[in-house]
Amino acid sequence: MRVGVLYSRIRKDEKLLLGELRERGHDVEKIDVRKERFGLDSTTAAVDDLDLVVDRCLSTSRSLYATRFLDSYGVPVVNGPETGDVCADKAKNSLALAEADVPTPATEVAFTTEAALEAIESFGYPCVLKPVTGSWGRLMAKIDSRNAAEAILEHKETLGHYEHKVFYVQEFVDKPGRDVRVLAVDGEPIAAMTRSSEHWLTNAAKGGETAPFELDDRATELVERASEAVGGGMLGVDLMEVGVEADADPAETGGSGEYTVHEVNHTVEFKALDAATDVDVPARVVDWLEAKAADLADGAVAEVDA
Amino acid sequence: MTSDTDTLTAEDPITGEEIEIPADVEVGEIIDSPVTGTELEVISLDPVVLDEAPELEEDWGE
Repeated sequence: MRVGVLYSRIRKDEKLLLGELRERGHDVEKIDVRKERFGLDSTTAAVDDLDLVVDRCLSTSRSLYATRFLDSYGVPVVNGPETGDVCADKAKNSLALAEADVPTPATEVAFTTEAALEAIESFGYPCVLKPVTGSWGRLMAKIDSRNAAEAILEHKETLGHYEHKVFYVQEFVDKPGRDVRVLAVDGEPIAAMTRSSEHWLTNAAKGGETAPFELDDRATELVERASEAVGGGMLGVDLMEVGVEADADPAETGGSGEYTVHEVNHTVEFKALDAATDVDVPARVVDWLEAKAADLADGAVAEVDA
Repeated sequence: MTSDTDTLTAEDPITGEEIEIPADVEVGEIIDSPVTGTELEVISLDPVVLDEAPELEEDWGE
């Protein structure tokens, strides 16, 4: 297949993906979005005759606009702009999960510091304040007291960007020192791992320790439903185990089998999963891309025949 | 410029020193300068040109 890769920075993840694509003999067109222009009916990017484009932009804003433009030209792109739009915004992400009856932490959004403080007080302490956009655990705050809440809200109000005045307040989930990251393609899990830390943030990007995780039926079902809720694609679904004592070690005692899905990521990093599990993650991703391209080709043939 | 099968040599854009980088680097890839530890971006491969990598921006991530 001829596959385009949208990027602005080649991370280990993109390197793994490019290596697997080339190893299988696919024709790869790297598209550095920083160098391209996107008009209303065409682009300087070499997207003609591509069977599929994979969005691997590190920058969320570039990802959202570039995929929207390509979609407008009729260029098949994964993940699609609708999925990106939902996943890039934590408020939209939470709403999509709740609308699909996927268990997700209780959340409120407020637009002023006064209303945000009311939301925080209604959750009680600790609770969590997150930016609506952002990643890798940046600017996440676990709020332990009213004094801390007032200080953090004042700081956020002065940060400048209007998004910092969209206050996303969430219940604190007392997870057992770890959460679960699942890489899934159109709802089918490829690999899963736990991320453990003594810090309340367990992101691998924050140095959380990783270990392979075997999904049970409930987790598998929730991954499928969470994927569908945001429009499908190649996604990183993040779950927390609930109903487990916070100081218990579920690796020893076993989990409760109940989860809450706190986030679905649309430009998912997978190098940590590839290292933590026996799964050849880039190979499985390329399997999925090949199947996607074949489906698109079959659809185009059917359209011509009709 | 290829020094052997595993590495390339290039000029560190900050110090001006000649440094060795993996031969399989990609345009757009970020490497750490072996001299300063600074993140460098591979701008081109023929010739090998490096530049200081962009600073982290607020919307970067997953």
